[in-house]
Amino acid sequence: MRIFAVVIRILRQFISDKRTMALMIVAPIIILTMLSLVFNGEDLELKLGVRNTPESIVEQMEKHASVKPIASDEAIESTLKKDYDAVIDFGNGAKKLYLEGSDPSINRAVINMVQSSSMGKNQEMDLEVSYLFGSNNMSSFDHFGPVLVGFFIFFFVFLIAGVSFLRERTQGTLERVLATPIKRWELVTGYVIGFGLFTMLQSAIIALYSIYVIDLMMEGAFLFVLLITLMLALSALTLGTLLSSFAKNELQMIQFIPLVVVPQIFFSGLFNLDTISNYLSWIGPLTPLYYGADALRSVMIKGQGLTDIWIDLLVLLGFSIVFMILNIYALKKHRRI
Amino acid sequence: MPKDAIEANVTKNYGKTTILDHVNLSLKRGEIFGLLGPSGSGKTTLVKLLCGIEEASDGEVKVLDTKMPNLSMMKKVGYMAQADALYGELTAYENLKFFATLSGVHRRDQKERIIEVMQLVNLENELQKKVEDFSGGMKRRLSLAIALLHNPDILLLDEPTVGIDPSLRQKIWWTFEKLRSNGVLILVTTHVMDEAERCSRLGMIRNGQLIAVGTPDELKKQTDSVTIEEAFLSFGGGVE
Repeated sequence: MRIFAVVIRILRQFISDKRTMALMIVAPIIILTMLSLVFNGEDLELKLGVRNTPESIVEQMEKHASVKPIASDEAIESTLKKDYDAVIDFGNGAKKLYLEGSDPSINRAVINMVQSSSMGKNQEMDLEVSYLFGSNNMSSFDHFGPVLVGFFIFFFVFLIAGVSFLRERTQGTLERVLATPIKRWELVTGYVIGFGLFTMLQSAIIALYSIYVIDLMMEGAFLFVLLITLMLALSALTLGTLLSSFAKNELQMIQFIPLVVVPQIFFSGLFNLDTISNYLSWIGPLTPLYYGADALRSVMIKGQGLTDIWIDLLVLLGFSIVFMILNIYALKKHRRI
Repeated sequence: MPKDAIEANVTKNYGKTTILDHVNLSLKRGEIFGLLGPSGSGKTTLVKLLCGIEEASDGEVKVLDTKMPNLSMMKKVGYMAQADALYGELTAYENLKFFATLSGVHRRDQKERIIEVMQLVNLENELQKKVEDFSGGMKRRLSLAIALLHNPDILLLDEPTVGIDPSLRQKIWWTFEKLRSNGVLILVTTHVMDEAERCSRLGMIRNGQLIAVGTPDELKKQTDSVTIEEAFLSFGGGVE
């Protein structure tokens, strides 16, 4: 009953606050559109597997990449899944290049390098290129896209949930609400459900727009994308409301963004995770976006399903539950029972 | 023998500052108790302690013989904060509906109760108006209406009539007196001396200490004063 009252109140507030509603939906769409128009690829350190390949070519390639021989009975697909960018097989007169394929900038770099290493002077080469994931017409933005979709949903939900919970405190309504017999967990749960319902709508619109209007690569099922964005939004929502307890005003809430939200981009896979210094790399697994982005890439680029993303989803749910419990505990500051 | 509705014996510190210093108070049902004191004297803190959103650093508050904070006792208390705690983007009706549900007013009685309390504060025609478009006095009245929604046995009202015009104030006090005769305990904090005259008993508070308690007549007699204001000043309750 009381939970519902909180839920209904939040939804009513959204409906009468058109600007906030627009901000949560339109702003991510505008930014994603701009980024899709802006982005182009860059270079990276490569990791290759080789077999049946002439020593001279391998030597050439070793100048530019780390090259390891692969046993001829090993399945190429499983090799590529083990963190190799590509496998080269020159057996039986054919020249085959198998790419892992999910990052277009790596694909391009591998193809360029293999061609320049194996070519004689002015010699054309018939390289048979195949992709485990993705394809040769995948753009850089297809690779970044899923991460950015996740990030912007996280960012806006975090900010708006945080600020609205904070305003309950600054305008005195939190105290007034806690003077009624509502239990702390009922208040927190009401918030999560109320915002969760709105967030579902927001995630669906942003995901639909990204896939069908911006035309981001989409190999997997839309339902999984929705599920992931919802879980990610839930973690943003619970983290935002939790951190709002430590802010005195809206400005301080905004100060959490460079501290808590922006660093998550670094570990989300937008930048190559292998190049992160060991002093920092442990932070990645502690951030919700790390899992959200991983799951989104699995579904949107690799077309994978529930078997490949359930761990990510579970971890995100775990984050949300932990943040909720901490928030219920933080509300003790305002009323002990 | 009926128990006291509220029994408090509290000290409250924020860090090293003492806000309330051994305030000892017992209030009965069927009285209007006025809490008088300059700003910063600890009135608001005392009200918050009584309704259970603050806790004493030392001592305890008992409402209907139950130690606060206690959720089922909060159901019996109507609280009106000094600052209007309202959702500006919602209409008056939506605010009332929200708090009615939180305070445990049964769904089927909500509409009726909402209209009743809004008539009491002369706002029955503003139900569909957004609260952000309300004047200061209207917000005060709406806050009061919210405190009355669930027919509480105890009303704790922190400056309920600030910004409300005299004729409506008369009406509200008339309501208070009616509630009192039905056995409700009403505690109001106030600056207005003619309101103080209408209280059954008064408590004068200064620098966190309760310096005098009694009926208006008793207090005037004790200090040989004609008005409450004089009595208050001779107890040393003036603003320094």
